Amino acid sequence: MTLSLKKDHKLLDLFLKSESVKTDLPAFSDLKAESRLVLEKAGFPVAKSEEYKYTNISKKIADTIENPYAPYPISGLEKVEIQKELIQSIDGYRIIINNGTPDFNLSDAGDGLFDVDYFTDLDPSEVKEIGKIEKSEKDPFSALNTLSFTQGIKINIPEGSVIKKPLLLVNYVKADENGSCIHPRVFIKAGKNSQATIIELSIYLNEETVFVNSVSEWDVAQNAHIRHYKLQDGHKHTLEVHNTGANVHRDANLTSVVMSLEAGMIRNNLSLNLNASNCEGNMYGLYLLNGKTHVDNHTNVDHTQPHCQSNELYKGILTDHSRGVFNGKIFVRQIAQKTNAFQQNNNILLSEDATVNTKPQLEIWADDVKCSHGCTTGQLDEEALFYLRARGIGKESARALLLYAFAGEVLDKISVAPFKKYCEKLVHERLGGSY
Amino acid sequence: MLSVKNLHASVEGTAILNGINLEIKPGEVHAIMGPNGSGKSTLASVLAGREEYEVTAGEVTFKGKDLLELSPEDRAREGVFLAFQYPVEIPGVSSTNFLRTAVNQVREYRGQEPLDAVKFLSLMKEKMKLVEIDQKLLSRALNEGFSGGEKKKNEIFQMAVLEPTLSILDETDSGLDIDALKVVAHGVNQLKSKDNATIVVTHYQRLLDYIVPDYVHVLFNGQIVKSGTKELALELEEKGYDWIKDEVSGTAV
Ligand SMILES: Nc1ncnc2c1ncn2[C@@H]1O[C@H](COP(=O)(O)OP(=O)(O)OP(=O)(O)O)[C@@H](O)[C@H]1O
Ligand SMILES: [Mg+2]
Repeated sequence: MTLSLKKDHKLLDLFLKSESVKTDLPAFSDLKAESRLVLEKAGFPVAKSEEYKYTNISKKIADTIENPYAPYPISGLEKVEIQKELIQSIDGYRIIINNGTPDFNLSDAGDGLFDVDYFTDLDPSEVKEIGKIEKSEKDPFSALNTLSFTQGIKINIPEGSVIKKPLLLVNYVKADENGSCIHPRVFIKAGKNSQATIIELSIYLNEETVFVNSVSEWDVAQNAHIRHYKLQDGHKHTLEVHNTGANVHRDANLTSVVMSLEAGMIRNNLSLNLNASNCEGNMYGLYLLNGKTHVDNHTNVDHTQPHCQSNELYKGILTDHSRGVFNGKIFVRQIAQKTNAFQQNNNILLSEDATVNTKPQLEIWADDVKCSHGCTTGQLDEEALFYLRARGIGKESARALLLYAFAGEVLDKISVAPFKKYCEKLVHERLGGSY
Repeated sequence: MLSVKNLHASVEGTAILNGINLEIKPGEVHAIMGPNGSGKSTLASVLAGREEYEVTAGEVTFKGKDLLELSPEDRAREGVFLAFQYPVEIPGVSSTNFLRTAVNQVREYRGQEPLDAVKFLSLMKEKMKLVEIDQKLLSRALNEGFSGGEKKKNEIFQMAVLEPTLSILDETDSGLDIDALKVVAHGVNQLKSKDNATIVVTHYQRLLDYIVPDYVHVLFNGQIVKSGTKELALELEEKGYDWIKDEVSGTAV
């Protein structure tokens, strides 16, 4: 059945209607019922909503998504060329998600270093953990995911497990006549003293309009060290909302790097709860936008305990009519003394029609803290450009050299060499110039 | 080699150069002196091709070519080198990568093969010795966090690597202690040949003890109001610029 959505229809009706035809997951029925109530009450953000005032993704979805259902699983995925080229250049454990549904046949076994389970195979005690970090009240799209997911995976990294090779979480996406809305759901539990790197990327097998609405929950236990790299390099007709939430415990460290290179519209909500003393949360982002691409990064770090550190650096290069939004919330609770929290957002605008809205939001109740934030939005440094040209470097390569140097600060946060190289190549190609 | 005729230039509508005439032959060293704000750096920038400056009249030929027609990079590739009065800090761009790109783009323009990593490295080593610059500096981002003196040395190092035919040193001596000054001057002298020429912009006759000029020009209000030999520099050091200003206004009356 196809349901055509007109502008004046409410997104809510659309998704709630689509939901009613889904197979239900008994273990999650309470959670889903609750998220449905939350969503019915809150509704989707409108142009006036404070949290979404620069990113009217609800309208975009209402205007372009005709069919709120999930597409069928892609057949013949094992043969897809692109998988060989990119994914196999990185020596890691592949976890394949096929149009929102995990496919263990195509995934690698964890060598005893970690397990991956379907949500439907979880014990009741494990089921209870789902939806606790990313609560439905936090964001309507998070609620929509909770209401709509048909399967999910839990990645369990047991206590003390040190995984040297990265985990590659690959989302294959292909909208079809059945539908174009995908709600991937992941829960990652990193046990005490564990270490892992997770690379997440999406591969779009066609350029149809598609809405990807993911939720990831991270439970990072004591002294665990987790790195998460996410590459957003789709096409001009993707609409994406990604809600990522992490609870970080004592002495643990979570580093997130998000690179947004191509999309229609993306909203990333990243929130770190630094829940015990001496933990560290790092949030880095790079966005290179052109055309009418719109990328919105909302981050939130909550310092609830003393002696924690957070570092944040988001950088953007924007051209054409693209738009970037950055909102960085830092909360430092009254007992969170000796907090170090740093935040930077720097943007280069290469065209007059590109825009950036950037806003730091610091709420600090503790008095013995070191917090700093800064944001800049400007053009390419003309003085530097002239300096390079005066040494014989052509204008285009000089520009590329400067832009690449700007972006490089974020790329340098990636520790997996082949993946870093791959991202560097993409960024090079985008910035042009030979040097 | 360089011929500047009646050069007028302005920035944002304000005239700064008001008819400069200057002839430079291969092998010569010309010193340009003059009070602050007289237009020395503007002249240097116009020759190097900085786009904020608008040339409103006059012409400049360099090795027979119309210099003003060329982009800044093509001027550099033709052999013009400007040592900046205030070298720019460029975070994230490594000094080595920058120089290698520059060298190879210059070579490409001249129809030469690019230098491979090994050849480039030995060129660097050779020139590093010449200007006594520390390897550690070059492993850092270009000029980032360099002291004033280190930046000036790095300019001369780049000059040594690029081997220009016309070098314009804009107050390369300002801020250098006497030892660094000697090193820089030594480097410049080593690079001197009968085929290349140097313009030194300076406030201090001290530099001219080490880099001995064939001519000294005084720039005032965007014009060369007096030219002479190195003795003129001594006279300026002794008497300042007031007598020249008087002379200029005297002739104007
Ligand atoms: N980009 C600019 N915009 C406005 N005015 C400028 C600009 N560049 C130079 N000027 C002005 O032009 C005049 C000449 O400046 P210039 O830098 O050439 O002087 P200078 O002789 O090099 O001085 P100094 O000895 O202080 O280095 C000054 O009055 C300066 O303020
Ligand atoms: Mg000057």
